[in-house]
Amino acid sequence: MIINHPLLGPCDAQEFIYKGDARLIDRPDGMIEGAEAAFFDYAYLRDNPAGQHRELWFHEQGDRSWLVVTRNTVTHEITHVELARDVARKSGQSA
Amino acid sequence: MSRLPTGGQIDRARKISFRFDGQYYKGHPGDTLASALLANGVRLMGRSFKYHRPRGVLTAGSEEPNALVELRTGGRQEPNTRATTIELFDGLQAKSQNAWPGLKFDALAINDRLSNFLTAGFYYKTFMWPAAFWEKLYEPIIRRAAGLGSITTKPDPDLYDKGFLHCDLLVIGAGPSGLAAALTAGRAGARVILADEDFRMGGRLNAETFQLGDVAGAQWAAQAVAELASLPNVRLLPRTTVFGAFDHGVYGAVERVSDHLLTPAPGKPRQILWRIYSKRALLCAGAIERPIAFANNDRPGIMTASALRTYVNRWAASPAEAVALFTNNDDGHRTARDLVAAGVKVAAVIDTRTDAPALQGVEVLAGAQVTDSTGRLGLKSVTVRQANGQSRKLDVGALGVAGGWNPNVALTCHQRGRPVWDGAIAAFVPGAELPQGMEVAGAALGQFSTHAALHGGADGARRILADIGISATAADLPQAEDAPVNITPFWHVGGTKRAWLDFQNDVTVKDVKLAHQENFRSVEHLKRYTTLGMATDQGKTSNMGGLAVMAELTGQSIEATGTTIFRPPYTPVAMGVIAGRSTGRDFKPTRLTPSHTWATEQGAVFVEVGMWLRAQWFPQAGEKTWRESVDREVLATRASVGVCDVTTLGKIDVQGRDAAAFLNRIYCNGFAKLAVGRVRYGLMLREDGIAMDDGTAARLAEDHFVVTTTTANAVPVYRHMEFARQCLWPDMDVQLISTTEAWAQYAIAGPNARKLLQKIVDPGFDISNDAFPFMACGEITVCGGLRARLFRISFSGELAYELAVPTRYGDALIRRLMQAGEEFDVTPYGTEALGVMRIEKGHATGNELNGTTTARDLGMGRMVSDKKDSIGTVLSRREGLNQPDGLRLVGFLPKNPQARVLAGAHLLEPGADMTAANDLGYVTSACYSPNLQSYIAIGFLKSGENRMGDVLRAASPLTGEDTEVEIVSAHFIDPEGERLRA
Repeated sequence: MIINHPLLGPCDAQEFIYKGDARLIDRPDGMIEGAEAAFFDYAYLRDNPAGQHRELWFHEQGDRSWLVVTRNTVTHEITHVELARDVARKSGQSA
Repeated sequence: MSRLPTGGQIDRARKISFRFDGQYYKGHPGDTLASALLANGVRLMGRSFKYHRPRGVLTAGSEEPNALVELRTGGRQEPNTRATTIELFDGLQAKSQNAWPGLKFDALAINDRLSNFLTAGFYYKTFMWPAAFWEKLYEPIIRRAAGLGSITTKPDPDLYDKGFLHCDLLVIGAGPSGLAAALTAGRAGARVILADEDFRMGGRLNAETFQLGDVAGAQWAAQAVAELASLPNVRLLPRTTVFGAFDHGVYGAVERVSDHLLTPAPGKPRQILWRIYSKRALLCAGAIERPIAFANNDRPGIMTASALRTYVNRWAASPAEAVALFTNNDDGHRTARDLVAAGVKVAAVIDTRTDAPALQGVEVLAGAQVTDSTGRLGLKSVTVRQANGQSRKLDVGALGVAGGWNPNVALTCHQRGRPVWDGAIAAFVPGAELPQGMEVAGAALGQFSTHAALHGGADGARRILADIGISATAADLPQAEDAPVNITPFWHVGGTKRAWLDFQNDVTVKDVKLAHQENFRSVEHLKRYTTLGMATDQGKTSNMGGLAVMAELTGQSIEATGTTIFRPPYTPVAMGVIAGRSTGRDFKPTRLTPSHTWATEQGAVFVEVGMWLRAQWFPQAGEKTWRESVDREVLATRASVGVCDVTTLGKIDVQGRDAAAFLNRIYCNGFAKLAVGRVRYGLMLREDGIAMDDGTAARLAEDHFVVTTTTANAVPVYRHMEFARQCLWPDMDVQLISTTEAWAQYAIAGPNARKLLQKIVDPGFDISNDAFPFMACGEITVCGGLRARLFRISFSGELAYELAVPTRYGDALIRRLMQAGEEFDVTPYGTEALGVMRIEKGHATGNELNGTTTARDLGMGRMVSDKKDSIGTVLSRREGLNQPDGLRLVGFLPKNPQARVLAGAHLLEPGADMTAANDLGYVTSACYSPNLQSYIAIGFLKSGENRMGDVLRAASPLTGEDTEVEIVSAHFIDPEGERLRA
């Protein structure tokens, strides 16, 4: 597969390490009330769709960017690639 | 067979000599092994898989199911090589397969007489009882009798390479459509790769007699290839099979660089595995002719009609004195015309169509069928049932069978594309869903005439190029034949005798009938029940026939019956080229520590730790066992001072205003308040609360830390920290970089460690206990100005330091340390002594942080801060990880000090049975402690903290060891830590 890295252009998927569902970005706050239930969902409940999926890839043999790749798990078609940092900021993660 | 006096694309001026089954023969450059054997009158080339039937060539290409040979000898011997694609070279040696004692008399031909017992699925039925006999008796016998070639057990002496290519347009196949496409794109300036599996580009143009414009087809092809070779933007890859269409326009190809030579030229690879990145691809893979099944249709001399005319036209190899043709379409007549033109006697054309056209100078038997054949080791005659029902015998040495052409759709299926049925040509053509970026042209698309192929290729290339922004002009294409396809599908001649569909797997029409009878009717079931379409040829000549017979039996159309799809590789790919240079010592990279050369000089024994080679121990004269060396190293270190290379531990440089806050979230214990110049032990958890890795973090400045990881987890921990930095807390001001390779690092441990260091640390730096206490760190200089980092940390439990210098000084530093330490009898120690000392001290490592244990299990539950949100803390509080009888890290001391305790042993109450139900925990690390003069171990025990002083058993059902052990603290040496702080 070819992943179109937002900074580096097309790169072979062999340069990347796959992590999984991009929802891992949305880590709950550990200090809130009911954190345990939220973390249970976060750590264990993930979608595994046949079709469009947003997933995390790490450019380990490259610039070490974490990317969010929107990929069809059936056809392997990749429709969107973003820097995970930008996605995280958009979804409200900060510091 | 013999060589015709004229014609063919062979160099008659030169003769080359080769051996087949020990016999010497002569051929010409341009021959394949098959064409040369046929030209020498050799029709018998192999024995079949199951029945050991005598077999000759069926085809003239890579689809060949029969003529598989063992090529070359010794370490270069290669099984299942197709004689039809082996380019002849001087000194070639080949052997037939699957025959004993010889090809002409094969003892296992008895299987042919036993065919009633060896039908489809026979081994699911015949050998079922008694059960034990299958593994011990039946299977070994069947395995020996069946099977194809044998592999060599010697190492392959040749080099295999891998390479990467990029192009605008990859053209697969260099027949008329491929050449037209490549010319169109090449002239337009596009980056083109043209790959063809043959050593002579041109495809069918090399095998036909018709003209293109006013030159012969083969000549036009040669001219086109010459023009393409002159274009700098075109790369020609002859002898290259594109074997797979992968995601996003990536293709796999094997170039057989040296397969046509006796041995590769010095330094040159035998084959290259190319990974081709294409913007677009045009598949011009042509078509494959299929046979028609009839009784005893597998004799040497019976082949596809197109193969027959290829041998005559391209190689001037005459098939026999007299030949016949069996056809259901007009293309069979073309073969007859070519053979007649070449001076071969054609006894008759047997055409299943009642309306078969006439043919000048050849008798056409319309509405006739071939019902049987004779000739044990080669065809002698065929029996024909004529339209009027009368039987007639034709004495012929060869029969060409023309059952129609199947577009070569294999690569279109590699992304699960399904071919669709085209009734007009009675064949499957590529479906609508093609691999991304692929288009198909020429015969592969069902465009069978040369005119259509040329235009299809040229138009296809123009359309594709326009799509990627390159404009190409219409190519000036020559006039070419444009014959229509006239075919009346006909698949098999009825009868009770065996009629072969799949020659390679010995699958007959009867077997398909049996599969149908036993309800294995879907094409996928049919394939697996009968083995139709399996093995090296993957059913290129047989799938269609099997499918048609099944359709007939079920009363369904072929469309409704469906088709199996093809997967990579298109033709077999040798494991050697997939491995490339990654074999033997080069299988993976070897990482050497900075002290490697020095350690080698000391005679160190090395151990692989991941990719690293680390010194395991340093044997001295007179030491007979490794234990003697390790015991000495441990005792000497604890008595005075020892030095160990710890460079392999992962090092991550953490910088930025938020560095402390970041580490505070990465580690479960607190880091926010760590003072500059101090080091702290840190434990990282996974988000699910399980311990992930441990190490130290040294604060060199307000905004600068150096983190260490275990050797094994250096890469995953770095990845994890980058994930946290980029995905969880994207606005933290923190930067990470791995510096594992940048610093050579040595542990200097033992009561004299400071004294030794003071000899090399530059005088401006005070490392006295007051100025540089336990867990201090700092940037210093050594040996007169060399920048270094000093950490007062201890894995051994002794007064110890770790000293890091830039890697290029690592060799010099170990030599200087050894020299400076002479007065203290400094001892280098390896990973074994390191391990013994850490077990004596009760320090956890990968054996304990094994992916199932928690901070609490490790006895570090109190370290997990609940005043902050760090990774893993929330789920570490889960009920299930905090059971009162949870595991706890403890030490084990055998009642008999000389009784060995094994890592991996499980803990049981005295007298308890060795069952999982009685399991109380397990031993993770064990060694002999020369200080305690006893075996010792650490591990996890249920409620371990409450069981001190109890006696249990450490037992291993695997080794039978069963040792009484006392439960003790995991800290065997200096539990109060006085030595550390000395």
